[in-house]
Amino acid sequence: MNRETAFNLVLAAVLLAAPVIAFAANEPFYVALATRIAILALAAAGLNLALGFGGLVSFGHAAFFGIGGYVAGIFASHAMYSEPLPFGLPATDQMPVIWLVAALLCALAALPIGAISLRTTGVYFIMITLAFAQMIYYFAISWPAYGGEDGLSIPVRNSFVGLNTANALHFFLICYAVLMAALALTWRIRDSRFGMALQAARQNEVRLAAVGIRPFRIRLTAFVLSAVLTGLAGALFADLNRFASPSMMSWHMSGELIVLVILGGTGRLFGPVAGAILYVLLEYALGGMTERWQLFLGLILLGVVLFARGGVVGLVAGKARYD
Amino acid sequence: MQTALVIEQLLNGLQFGVMLFLMAAGLTLIFGVMGLINLAHGSFYMIGAFACAAVAAATGSFWLGLAASLAAAAALGAIVEVTVIRRLYDRDHLDQVLATFALILILSEATRWLFGDFPLYLNIPAQLSGAIVLPAGVHYPVYRLAIILVGLLVGLGLYLLIAKTRLGMRIRAGESDREMIGALGVDIRSLYTLVFALGAALAGLAGAMVGALQSVQVGMGEPVLILAFVVIVIGGIGSIKGAFVGALLVGVTDTMGRVLLPPLLAAVIGPAQASGIGAALASMSIYIVMALILAFRPRGLFSAQG
Repeated sequence: MNRETAFNLVLAAVLLAAPVIAFAANEPFYVALATRIAILALAAAGLNLALGFGGLVSFGHAAFFGIGGYVAGIFASHAMYSEPLPFGLPATDQMPVIWLVAALLCALAALPIGAISLRTTGVYFIMITLAFAQMIYYFAISWPAYGGEDGLSIPVRNSFVGLNTANALHFFLICYAVLMAALALTWRIRDSRFGMALQAARQNEVRLAAVGIRPFRIRLTAFVLSAVLTGLAGALFADLNRFASPSMMSWHMSGELIVLVILGGTGRLFGPVAGAILYVLLEYALGGMTERWQLFLGLILLGVVLFARGGVVGLVAGKARYD
Repeated sequence: MQTALVIEQLLNGLQFGVMLFLMAAGLTLIFGVMGLINLAHGSFYMIGAFACAAVAAATGSFWLGLAASLAAAAALGAIVEVTVIRRLYDRDHLDQVLATFALILILSEATRWLFGDFPLYLNIPAQLSGAIVLPAGVHYPVYRLAIILVGLLVGLGLYLLIAKTRLGMRIRAGESDREMIGALGVDIRSLYTLVFALGAALAGLAGAMVGALQSVQVGMGEPVLILAFVVIVIGGIGSIKGAFVGALLVGVTDTMGRVLLPPLLAAVIGPAQASGIGAALASMSIYIVMALILAFRPRGLFSAQG
């Protein structure tokens, strides 16, 4: 077992053990904090697939995060009043159904966005993904049917068969399980033929084309998959806060997701988890010390970019093998 | 729809576009010359507005405030370039995005620390208050016309600076071959600091001028920053001409979209639904324009890099 695998196992164990202990000690706040970490890690794990492995710097993943959140919110409000959904679909508050719909909608949104954006590269790609996210953001805040600028509150958390989602620990376990499933998927993808091609497309596009694989399709598939994972995180995030807010789609959120990925270690399997743990704990610790915590968060981030390249995982486990 | 209203809104669009140009010109210069993507550009816009409002409140003179805004933004730009930005030139865009995102957090919070949480207000100078009557019976505020004029003059000045002066020649040379002009004995480091400070000063000027039209508050630079990015991407990154055309296109599309789309839609699908859909479409319109342009010309209208 190499150092990175050991560190990954430690991270997974700590993230599971901490809220269980907190729950036993009757500290629901810390369970919620761990849930927030797990959900943000899932969103960042999605982005890591495109950004870390594929080198696609998407500055618009908040759009998918928000779409997931709004799906959860819209289903919850329809189920509450037993109104059928658009197209006469029956309303439900079952999470698996909601996740499926969120995943489908994110894939449907990511397909054209990716297809257009991937025609461009470099800074143009960053900007066009940002523009698409802003488009969806403005659509959400000016569309009055589902709350507009006020967002959409979720009076009762959506439910999951056999579990009580109002219970903090049960909800955490659901989020943790989804996160682990997503990481397992990322791991399988990374070492698959497709994953190799994706990483090759990041390293040298021309060579990949020369061996007969078209980079465009590989990248588009990765972009869509990545959007789907981030969308799932959005659905969970809305359920955690009992609120689907347009700020989930704002460009600040996209920036935060990028921060999580880089802070943890770009293109490392557990990078998003390490990044989310560090970011949420920093936010919490600095927020407790000073009202001006964003100033210090900014300074820390700046320090990480300038002096600690490779993020937390890079610091602990050394450089990635393929670099 | 009356002609007067259309003319008035066109002028509003023009004023908005010109203001975007001041932001976009700095961004596109910095990207073109240094290859740097600077998210913190909106912070210079905010600093300019705050400096102008604070100095104008202390001295009672808008013009001193305007001078202060230029000085403050340029000085801050130079400081930021020397301490942080300089280390980012040979990094990839990802690091640049993250570092300048961190700079936004720092500068916004520091401004809030200095000036408090409440917005400041800035009055239009007495010489430029009131409205004048244009042909077709349009009453239009003098101040907004002045902004349009300043923007056009700055555009002309930038063109002359870049096309006709020695400094402009060096900037253009820096764009096409960084090593070569270093080898020819040009001090490339101070050239970069100068360009960065110039871009920051233009953003500060835009912030100060707009500060008199709306409240001066932390975060005011961010929506403008995103629009300025849309502008330079539409125009082709690195091209001042592209920034100018893109800025006017975005300014006019956004303003006219908000005025014309709801009534147009109301005629087609009825007023009940039109107000919601019209507003949603209008606020998306510039992003739709951008996506369309990039779908057909992935490097923008006037790409400087071929």
